[in-house]
Amino acid sequence: MAVEIKLPTVLRAQADGQATVSMDGATVGEAFNALVARYPGLRGNLLDDSGSLHKFVNVYKDDDDIRYLDGLDTKLGDGDVLSILPAVAGGV
Amino acid sequence: MTSEFAQPTLRLTESQYATIVGHCYDDLPDEACGLLVGPLGGNGEPTGAVSEARPCRNVDASAVTYTVDPRDMLGAMRAAEARGDEIIGVWHSHTHTDAYPSPTDVRQSVDPAWMYVIVSLRDQAPVLRAYRIRGEGIAELAVTLERG
Repeated sequence: MAVEIKLPTVLRAQADGQATVSMDGATVGEAFNALVARYPGLRGNLLDDSGSLHKFVNVYKDDDDIRYLDGLDTKLGDGDVLSILPAVAGGV
Repeated sequence: MTSEFAQPTLRLTESQYATIVGHCYDDLPDEACGLLVGPLGGNGEPTGAVSEARPCRNVDASAVTYTVDPRDMLGAMRAAEARGDEIIGVWHSHTHTDAYPSPTDVRQSVDPAWMYVIVSLRDQAPVLRAYRIRGEGIAELAVTLERG
């Protein structure tokens, strides 16, 4: 399945400056594995040491947070769009 | 030491300023947060112009922390893309402290190119200041208000 992956500005330097990349994968995990295989600098930003989605990253498949679907096992269809969003937070 | 990244000047319109400060008061007693959308310059960094100030939900619903609702961030990203712009920064309120980044703000800062706007509601009049945060470095940005 060919899917589009949208990258936030802060990660683009590690993907040759691209805002959107196209990857193949039947699941989000497969598409991310293909992504970090091509752009290894992204791995630490997306996945933790155990290979799970990093807690400071949110990933949407179209309009849905994959944490409320099947996480990295979420199935993908042709033309799906994955949006990677950094968690934006702070406090006193 | 931090002056080399004390740019650009954040240029808000009067209505954007009113949106930001009004949203900070509306969300009291909790901290408020929102995202700034605007253009990037030829260097790939924000020019300082803001095309839209988008109030977001603080999913922490807390007086001491904020987390931008990721659904609002997705909406901001799509709105930015439709304009040919990008998300260029974030604002949040400090309800009882200075308009200066806290250690948590620094530790959790997302993007060294972003502009971080903090609105202090501690005193009778609101105080809005803007910063860039790189690693442990904090540089204050000039802020101008323009008609509109």
